[in-house]
Amino acid sequence: MFPRIVYESFRRQARRKLLAGIAITLGVAVATAMIAVATDIGDKINRELRSYGANLVVTPQEDTLDVEVGGVNLKPPSDGAFLNEADLPKIRGTFWHHNIVGFSPMLPVTVKVGEGNNKDAKDVTLLGTYFNKALRFGKEDFTTGVKITNPWWKVEGKCGDGAEPVLSGAEGPRPGRVEDSPAACGWPNDNSQDILVGERLAAKLAKKPGDTLEVAGRQLTISGILSTGGAEDDQIVAPLALAQQILGKPGAIRRVYVSALTKPPDALSVRDPKTMTPEVYDRWYCSPYVESIAYQLQEVIPHSHAEQIRQVAQNEGTVLSRIKGLMLLITLAALFASALAVSAAMATAIYERRVEVGLMKALGAGNLAVSAIFFAEALLLALIGGIAGFSAGALLARQIGRSIFNSQISIEPVLFPIIMTIAVFVTFAGSAAAIRRAVKFDPVFALRGEG
Amino acid sequence: MTMSTVPGTLLTPRQVADRRAHAPHTSMFARMLVRAAVLRRRRAASALLAMIVAAAVATAMMNLYVDVQAKLRTEFRNYGANVVIVAKDGQSLPADALAKVESVLGAKSKTLAVPFAYAVARTHDGQSVVVVGTDFARARQLNHWWKVSHWPNAPNEALVGMRAAAILSPKVGPNRQPFELTFQGKAIQLAPAGMLQTGAGEDSRIYLDQSEFQNWTGVAPSTIEVAANGTAAEVEASIRQLAQVLPAADIRPVRQIMEGEANVLNKTRATLYASATLVVLTSALCVLATLIGWVFDRRRDFAIMKALGASERLINGFFAAEAAALGVVGAILGFFIGIGVAAWIGRVNFHAPVVPRFSVFPYILAGSVAVALISAILPIELLRRVQPAIILRGE
Repeated sequence: MFPRIVYESFRRQARRKLLAGIAITLGVAVATAMIAVATDIGDKINRELRSYGANLVVTPQEDTLDVEVGGVNLKPPSDGAFLNEADLPKIRGTFWHHNIVGFSPMLPVTVKVGEGNNKDAKDVTLLGTYFNKALRFGKEDFTTGVKITNPWWKVEGKCGDGAEPVLSGAEGPRPGRVEDSPAACGWPNDNSQDILVGERLAAKLAKKPGDTLEVAGRQLTISGILSTGGAEDDQIVAPLALAQQILGKPGAIRRVYVSALTKPPDALSVRDPKTMTPEVYDRWYCSPYVESIAYQLQEVIPHSHAEQIRQVAQNEGTVLSRIKGLMLLITLAALFASALAVSAAMATAIYERRVEVGLMKALGAGNLAVSAIFFAEALLLALIGGIAGFSAGALLARQIGRSIFNSQISIEPVLFPIIMTIAVFVTFAGSAAAIRRAVKFDPVFALRGEG
Repeated sequence: MTMSTVPGTLLTPRQVADRRAHAPHTSMFARMLVRAAVLRRRRAASALLAMIVAAAVATAMMNLYVDVQAKLRTEFRNYGANVVIVAKDGQSLPADALAKVESVLGAKSKTLAVPFAYAVARTHDGQSVVVVGTDFARARQLNHWWKVSHWPNAPNEALVGMRAAAILSPKVGPNRQPFELTFQGKAIQLAPAGMLQTGAGEDSRIYLDQSEFQNWTGVAPSTIEVAANGTAAEVEASIRQLAQVLPAADIRPVRQIMEGEANVLNKTRATLYASATLVVLTSALCVLATLIGWVFDRRRDFAIMKALGASERLINGFFAAEAAALGVVGAILGFFIGIGVAAWIGRVNFHAPVVPRFSVFPYILAGSVAVALISAILPIELLRRVQPAIILRGE
């Protein structure tokens, strides 16, 4: 009898059940989407924060001082210590290599720019680096370079043959993603002898993409004009191998900029690893703090010193925690609102059925039996609405992820039982008061229709 | 009876009596409204509660949406300067440059301008080192990320970058040694006050107070770093203004900072917008569910009114007025609660109050009334098709 009552109730009052079911579905969908977005927002914003550029720099341990004013390096080019380019792929072998978004080696060289024996040939800094270099570590192929670590660099160059110069970079690779369209205009190939010229330098020299420029006695093709808003606007940026040839030091690099996803600093992160107990040390080592990643970089690159770039590294923690906190609070508001909506819908649906309750009680049903029927119905509604809502919410979260962050928001499978539990609990809680009132209602009044 | 006499809010009995004396025809209508609310307190209260909660949530969301962007922008200013003013071709900036910059940007608070002067000095063993003259108090405010063990405050005290310190003044006991620098034959004896650590170029430099630096080297500031507050458009406008008053200088936005900020801010805003929309929609749904139940529940009132010969217009007007009253009261109460919630979130998350924005009130009010009207009209439309007799028979 019990299943039949429940079944018939669904069959005959399809409209009312549908209303309550829709409310539950929508409520659960909003809750699912918000929880999914809130749990993933930290990672997403962390990747967006990578558009501020590298947060770690690796330098030789025993180096002389940099003598640099306004982007012009006054230090003798061969002075001081160098790192070895061959050690770079090992960065992919560190414990937190999945968190390392990209890295760019840098080798500044001071060069004479000008035609032939021109007397007013000027000293200009030529910066050797990777643009989008294909590297291999073990069996893993990856690309890295300034296109990934310095997303604000914009290159204006020629696209193919005779095409109009197009500003690339804005539509180029997004920060934090190691993917690239090979046809980004103007960027030189890492294995070529082509160079980028900073926009202010290009204006002084009256050069445009496609021209050749004599640099340190070599005729080099300018593949694009670089605009960074920084010191590079007065410099030449070239493939690393070219800079090494000019300097005459194959394999040499001055420093490496590393862009890594990190965890905001806390009490543990700032402790000195030397004073830690082995247990604490393991925990510290296995957390993606900027300090522990720096420590691991030092381990893989011999004679190096890795340091956080405090301007970038120290601030992203605050921004990240603010945004995460905000989303948490909004998610709570969303959960509260959807719980309320589900409760309201359930209460309305039950309140409308006082006559039925009256009839059942007149026929001898006890309070317990009546409540059981209602709770069974609520459970069924919660399960159906919960499953539908979870799927809808997952779709919604995916849509939000795709339209805002251009990447997937992954729904953790563990979220499903949690959401279902919440859905059932909220539906029960929302129904409880209404059921209690419906059961307490005098059947005589109910049957006479005097609500 | 016309719609224009429909009271917008609940009236006190005294007002009702007043009204009754002057306009006997409206009295019945008002009385019905009040009695409906008073007699079915519980249902009316639950409908009002739903309305208040929805209005509060919507208010909080709209307030936050507007305010959070400003709050986040202030957070982003911790990244330091977003505009750099550089003298052209290695010259110095005019002496009044800083004053000019401040007079242009002075109108806006929280704008910081910090002058920097650079010189390359020699150590006693002939090494080159970059020495920078700056205003320590300002630099400290601009560059929050500088890790400084102790800021200089006495004459001839310098702030020494980590790497410079390791080479220039090795540690002797607990203190670091004083050291001598020469610039164009002029020597100066400096005591390291504290260490500076940034992980960037600053680590190889030595920072001095600007007036001391100028006395020693005679070099005036060549760079002013500016942290301009505001939206991207406002910063652009500031740059244009600065270019007018300082034609001799190059004024550049720091693209790394500006674009990073724009990027993160846009994504956050979009997420916030999507979330706020979802939350507001859910609360509207909550109101809809409650109110439809409430109105549907009173189909007997509806049937009796109809049986007694009330016109369709009157009935519609009655339920509409009731819904509107509910919407208005709910919106007003919800608005203030929502402002409280937004302020609380601001305090908890940003450690700064969210300024209440009364400009969102009209939207909240219109939204609340609209949702209330929809949820009243919907069941009425359904009931209109049913014969009053059937409803009264309780079927």
